[in-house]
Amino acid sequence: MSDSLYDRLGGEAAVDAAVDIFYRKVLSDDRINEFFDGVDMDRQAAKQKAFLTMAFGGPNNYTGEDMRKGHAHLVARGLNDSHFDAVVENLGNTLKELGVSDELIGEVAAIAETTRNDVLGR
Amino acid sequence: MPKIVFEGREYLAEENESVLDCLIRHDVSVNYSCRAGVCQSCMMMMEEGTPSESSQKGLKDALKAQNYFLMCSYVAEGDISISRPGKDFQSMETEVLALDRLSDDVLRVRLARPENDSYFPGQFLNLQNPDGVERSYSLASLPDDEDFLELHVRHIPGGKVSGWVHTALKVGDRVTISPATGDCFYTPGQPGQNLLLIGTGTGLAPLYGILRDALRQGHKGEIHLYHGSSTAEGLYLVDALKALDAAHANVHYHPCVSQGTPPAGVTSGRADQKALEEIGKLGGWRIYLCGREEMVKSARQKAFLSGASLKDIYADPFVPAVD
Repeated sequence: MSDSLYDRLGGEAAVDAAVDIFYRKVLSDDRINEFFDGVDMDRQAAKQKAFLTMAFGGPNNYTGEDMRKGHAHLVARGLNDSHFDAVVENLGNTLKELGVSDELIGEVAAIAETTRNDVLGR
Repeated sequence: MPKIVFEGREYLAEENESVLDCLIRHDVSVNYSCRAGVCQSCMMMMEEGTPSESSQKGLKDALKAQNYFLMCSYVAEGDISISRPGKDFQSMETEVLALDRLSDDVLRVRLARPENDSYFPGQFLNLQNPDGVERSYSLASLPDDEDFLELHVRHIPGGKVSGWVHTALKVGDRVTISPATGDCFYTPGQPGQNLLLIGTGTGLAPLYGILRDALRQGHKGEIHLYHGSSTAEGLYLVDALKALDAAHANVHYHPCVSQGTPPAGVTSGRADQKALEEIGKLGGWRIYLCGREEMVKSARQKAFLSGASLKDIYADPFVPAVD
């Protein structure tokens, strides 16, 4: 049996390596950084880590309901597909920077994609 | 079955049951989210017992040192006692030992150190005025070398506690304080790491404690302290800091004023902006930010975007009182 995606990416160490790079990209991205104005950065980084763990196919207990509740206030402020796409793009660029293959990046993006409708409250 | 004591009640944990699952099973209202040791929503402090390494994974060193842990990642083997983070602790009475003026509007308050009191320089405690109004002040003193608690109190116009300290408090008075808390302090273990300390106004108090604590513990990396004030009169402990700069090759003191023409040896500009400009890339640095909330917020984001890891950024924002 082949290793899981999470193991092939490098597990928790890979998440740890990715989270600062990813969060830095998101905060520097003028398409989406207004959604992060005024948030507590430590808590936000912990959330980013939980999100990356899930997108990497790692252990998590998030449900669609959690995703809806967690983003409803952002949807009310205009969060839409273009913002979701920007986040996925930053995620891909983060992994590219860490030397992850395009094939694995595709698998991560596919997992992230499964949350789109919940995140956008549809 | 191991017993979990929480807020005066006891809960029995089943085999292999996490503390969080046990409390949820007993319908105890606690915060949690991911249940996977990541989001840190279910963080608590262990008062009796020792947190496992896995239950402290991802927490800042300062929190680990205070026995904080994640309930979802801890299965009790023996009995433990836990409490919510940041809960109010038992207050203590102590005596005012000395009151000295540090600048036009800042008083240095030295209090007798209560017995068995322990703290890390840079943590804060709450000081109560005779009407029971409390305000937080950071500790500039060193617990191992100094037998007093040192606070720097700026006179805030209309301030209920600072006004009382500045106009009514006398040496020999008895005052009520809380034990120290907070995670903005020096942690040993990386003596070669470079430190950047940025403070505005009495944000110097915790930084003065942290700087001297780092030196006391043999810190070898570079230590840059940027102290900012709107005017030159607001800078204080200037001679003491110059002396530390002169005595230690790795200590660099940068006083800054944001208004008017600075005197010789003082930089013109805001402390946080000057620090980030002059130091540049901050990858691998540890950063301490103390002072006005807006300064702390913006400097934290800029330091992070300049390469500092979030777990290496410690902050003590001064949040204005609302009552």
